[in-house]
Amino acid sequence: MQFSFKGGVHPFDGKAMSKDKPLQEVLPEGEMVFPLSQHIGKPAIPIVKKGDRVLMGQKIAEADGFVSSPIYASVSGTVTGIEKRLVLTGDMVQSIILENDGMYEEAPRLPIKPIAEMSRGEVINVIREAGIVGMGGAGFPTHVKLSPKNPDKIYYVIANCAECEPYLTSDYRRMIEEPEKLVNGLKIMLALYDHAEGILAVEDNKPDCIRKLKELTIDEARISVKELKTKYPQGSERQLIYATTRRAINSSMLPADAGCIVNNVDTICAIYNAVIEGRPLIRRIITVTGDAVRFPQNYIVPCGMSYAALLEEAGGFKKEAAKIISGGPMMGFSLYDLNVPTTKTSSALLCLTQDAVAEAKPTACINCGRCVEVCPSRLLPNRLMDVSLRNDEERFLSLEGLECVECGSCSYVCPAKRQLAQSIKTMRKLALSHKKKS
Amino acid sequence: MNDIKHVSSTPHIRDGITTKRIMLFVIIALLPAAAFGIWNFGYRAVLLIAVCVLTCVAAEFLYETGLKKEITIGDLSAVVTGLLLAMNLPVTLPLWMAVLGSLFAIIIAKMLFGGIGQNFMNPALAGRCFLMICFAAQMTNFVYDGVSTATPLMQIRQGNTVSLTDMIIGRIPGTIGETSAIAIVIGAVFLIITGVIDLRIPGTYLISFLLFMILFAGHGLDPEYLIAELCGGGLLLGAFFMATDYATSPITGSGKYIYGLCLGILTGLFRVFSSSAEGVSFAIIICNLLVPLIELITMPKCFGKGGE
Repeated sequence: MQFSFKGGVHPFDGKAMSKDKPLQEVLPEGEMVFPLSQHIGKPAIPIVKKGDRVLMGQKIAEADGFVSSPIYASVSGTVTGIEKRLVLTGDMVQSIILENDGMYEEAPRLPIKPIAEMSRGEVINVIREAGIVGMGGAGFPTHVKLSPKNPDKIYYVIANCAECEPYLTSDYRRMIEEPEKLVNGLKIMLALYDHAEGILAVEDNKPDCIRKLKELTIDEARISVKELKTKYPQGSERQLIYATTRRAINSSMLPADAGCIVNNVDTICAIYNAVIEGRPLIRRIITVTGDAVRFPQNYIVPCGMSYAALLEEAGGFKKEAAKIISGGPMMGFSLYDLNVPTTKTSSALLCLTQDAVAEAKPTACINCGRCVEVCPSRLLPNRLMDVSLRNDEERFLSLEGLECVECGSCSYVCPAKRQLAQSIKTMRKLALSHKKKS
Repeated sequence: MNDIKHVSSTPHIRDGITTKRIMLFVIIALLPAAAFGIWNFGYRAVLLIAVCVLTCVAAEFLYETGLKKEITIGDLSAVVTGLLLAMNLPVTLPLWMAVLGSLFAIIIAKMLFGGIGQNFMNPALAGRCFLMICFAAQMTNFVYDGVSTATPLMQIRQGNTVSLTDMIIGRIPGTIGETSAIAIVIGAVFLIITGVIDLRIPGTYLISFLLFMILFAGHGLDPEYLIAELCGGGLLLGAFFMATDYATSPITGSGKYIYGLCLGILTGLFRVFSSSAEGVSFAIIICNLLVPLIELITMPKCFGKGGE
């Protein structure tokens, strides 16, 4: 049986460029930048000062409250300053700057115990201490996700192995090279919830991963592998929950309200690294790809390394790039400058020779309904765009504009090249801020 | 790396489909029916098609030039309107009437309401209905093989038998593009394969029409009668090429079925109970007016709030 949701699109997936490139470690040189805000929630508070020498895996900023996350140095070196730096969203964010000494001297690891002797609270605390956040892109602190009001009512722990964004192959490489880590990480989470079953949800364009994961879990009564139809946005949290469990949640609910907890591949591997090996989150896999890149590659990158350095590692440009994106082409951030640091949520550096957005001139809506067909939230994107442009918040709310998951399928498919997702997102932000105030 | 790149809001890629390509597909899909019409009715069909297309494109161009608006004839929608209108005209129609119908279609039905996508009525059909009302005699003057004859639908009404083979192939009197069921279906299949239209509207339309005829036309399940009604008149052309017009059909999924149902019933009503044997154009135009209401009652439930 194949699992899916209604709507969605099938963009050119571009994964062939990098999918067969084995994971490769990079050792950056020079300056490393650690933004204090790499997660949803309050920015972390620095606990080092200019001139301090820090070791790889040493905590350099402490979480500020529950919904926050600490930050660790990914290299050893000297703190050269704490100042505002440009990050990939275009904001200037307070960051700790390290000068890498190239020695990679490791700090003592986190204190750990055998998993069987740890309580639920202790496990979650290790995950929190390790600075683990949702590495799929949102950066929601994982310990918060793992602390639902009623742990007994969690029935599904879903490993998001969809990787539905075009071009990205980081999760794919992880599943091919270290599937045991993923399965064991999932088992750690399952141990937290007595009534939960584990689901490894993989798109069917990765049959080799499906085979491997099935082999590994054949004796695991609580874990199953589910094949998802290859379609964007299959890996969107709400769509994934629906595809695997038939439970539908809306914007005012958390996955836990439907008895689900969803984490992506890299996050689950980070949980394994933290709980079993005592290693904080300091590195992640980043796919460097696109038709403008000389040698597309999957790298294990110390967070804080700049995108410019990472691109050099991949041989730089072979053709002039018109568009540079951090993350996938559907939901990633486009960059105007490569001199920004990679963070816990950076999944890819994508360099395209073609700027499809600049080339597409928006024209009048012809009411073809393609946006309606593909909207995974079952909205009317063309109507929502109209009311957004008119700034008609009341109508926007009555058309359920807040339920948009911002997947961008509407803009992708529009023959008139209208900026549907962009207008809706802007209006959504406004409406949400008004909602918060009242 | 000092040159600054363009940034944009997500998504950063776009599908290859464009408005122009959709219109081009519709034009290609109309070619078999147009070619058959030319073969069936002779060179004057070429003349009418050319006059309608040129008038439509010129009207849009001049309107936009005169009002200093952006020129949109490049999207080919005016070509589609002209071609569709010509398909709906009898080959004997005076050229100046065709010009008038084209002007009505583009200026009144399309541009005055805001241009492409904004019209609430199918421009080609609006042009046709305008001509039907103004010049009823010329619009129903069907000459075939040199003699003025009744269309097959009229003949059935009068109790005569018609050749089904001729109707399916299209060797019958009628408007330029409506006679050949085969040519229209070939075009429709092309549109369905290329994803320009789907079967929801035309399928519901044809099925509900057939059911209506079975129940109320007085011929019961007589297959010959039903096939003749299906292939006769503008039904197939209307169902596949005009009822599916994006701007004038519901955008909601369930709305498309209701729209098709209304079309089927209305066409049946006109064909069985009105003084004319034909009713597709008026049925579509009237249902165009119902679209906002249909959309209002078929607003989809969003995901997570009852919808899936």
